[in-house]
Amino acid sequence: MTVEEWTAVRLSLLVAVTATAFSLPAGVAVAYLLARGRFWGKSLVDTLVHLPLILPPVVTGYLLLLLFGRHGPAGAFLERSLGIVLAFRWTGAALACAVMGFPLMVRAIRLSIEAVDERLESAAGTLGANPAWVFATITLPLCVPGVIAGAILCFAKSMGEFGATITFVSNIPGETQTLPTAIYTLTQVPGGDAGALRLTLVSVVISMAALLGSELLARRIGARRMAT
Amino acid sequence: MSLDLEVRHSIGDFRLDARFAAERGLTALFGRSGSGKSTLVNIVAGLIRPQQGRVIVDDQTLVDTERGLFVPPHRRRLGYVFQDARLFPHLSVRQNLLYGRWFAKDGDGAAGDFSSVTELLGIGALLKRRPDSLSGGEKQRVAIGRALLARPRLVLMDEPLASLDEARRAEIMPYVERLRDEARVPILYVSHSVAEVARLATTVVILSDGRVTAIGPVLDILPLADAGDGGAVLDAVVDRHDEAFGLTVLHSAAGELQVPRLTAPAGSHVRAYIRARDVMLSLSRPSEISALNVLSGKIAHINSSGAQADIRLDCNGAVLMARVTDKSVQRLQLAPGRPVFAVIKSVSFERS
Repeated sequence: MTVEEWTAVRLSLLVAVTATAFSLPAGVAVAYLLARGRFWGKSLVDTLVHLPLILPPVVTGYLLLLLFGRHGPAGAFLERSLGIVLAFRWTGAALACAVMGFPLMVRAIRLSIEAVDERLESAAGTLGANPAWVFATITLPLCVPGVIAGAILCFAKSMGEFGATITFVSNIPGETQTLPTAIYTLTQVPGGDAGALRLTLVSVVISMAALLGSELLARRIGARRMAT
Repeated sequence: MSLDLEVRHSIGDFRLDARFAAERGLTALFGRSGSGKSTLVNIVAGLIRPQQGRVIVDDQTLVDTERGLFVPPHRRRLGYVFQDARLFPHLSVRQNLLYGRWFAKDGDGAAGDFSSVTELLGIGALLKRRPDSLSGGEKQRVAIGRALLARPRLVLMDEPLASLDEARRAEIMPYVERLRDEARVPILYVSHSVAEVARLATTVVILSDGRVTAIGPVLDILPLADAGDGGAVLDAVVDRHDEAFGLTVLHSAAGELQVPRLTAPAGSHVRAYIRARDVMLSLSRPSEISALNVLSGKIAHINSSGAQADIRLDCNGAVLMARVTDKSVQRLQLAPGRPVFAVIKSVSFERS
């Protein structure tokens, strides 16, 4: 593999891990709110979360560019107050991946929270646990398999995200060129077939490893729970 | 230790309008399913917010709708034992038991040190197990221990034996009795089983269609209960065991009773629940008869319904119920005040 190809692989992993790690706490919070909360505008929040799933990725990427570009309202604010620039940087690629993976993550976690018996939560309440403790000691441990599944989905989506990423942060080698955009670039130049194939294999291996890893983790947690 | 409650609450067509007070001991909320027992307990626990009313435990007001006061469940310090144990599946038995205690460090409620509670409930050998490997009876005992260790001021039990079979019920009842007598924490116990109430209750509150229809000591109240399967409770003391015939002789206010061999030692207090349909009436003392128990008494009241009559007897101050046909009432000319003999076969007693 060439140096450029290795860079693309490393960058893809960095972007996917960052996107997953930063969206996980928010994903759990939103999933809990949607699963257990009763508030005005819940269906609006639900729709908003699912929007990246139904919009064309290019549209999501363009909206991100409008919002988080250097002259966009959110982008300008972040640059002025925190010195963070997202447009055409790898951090922007991570944001695009996080947004695209968010609905998948929330969906998986929400389903597993809904599967937790609410009667156990009320039992914990009668034993003196306030709602935050009930969540931390009962709800969260019982929905860990769903949280793992949600994180893996988000990671996998991030590894493969193309449309929103290329629209928002372009395809700059060494800065924003991830695996999918690198493969796309290689297929556009004469003699790039071999490189594209190598990267495709790497992509397959990473995705399978992530899936296997999550299976093993879920099984180990399940086994610990069944142990007598 | 006391509970004072007055609530009005409607769910759909069902209207709950109840008020009662409970002191120490075991107070049984008794009634058919749908009479509002569980709703009432859930209101005390704070899992249901009543539309109107007050709930006071000791001197702390937990709910007062007029003042807009509602203490959330986790600040009430009540132990709740649910019908379906509700043990936490991801925690061991020990962790389940300690769950509530962790939040009640500064508690001053019922003494609940770990070893005495596990000993009281006989669950010391289960501590390392996971809830899904326990039998129904074991689960329920762990659930009782978990509620006790949260140092509650009042223990709520919502049909804790209803999901268990006869053998498991018999296994748990002695533990509930010990809890009542030794742990000195008041218990509010929901049940629709006469046998449970007869054996466990100190005070009975009868609930019917969301209203309290009677309240008082179990011996006075249970005969009034419209339980479909009427009967009466006799307080008795074990006098001696007749090993040759496998019988136990009990002393009660109504007279001597011979029942199938009990495990309780001589001198211990027991309760005999005598079903109305197991009691036969005779105008003269029957002599050559297989039944071993003949108690003399007077008819106190006759409640005739259709072809059957429920007759309340006064046997030397103790209440006994007998169910006979209307035909027998007329043939023997039974009427209030008439002296009769109640005949009860020893084999009709069930051990519980």
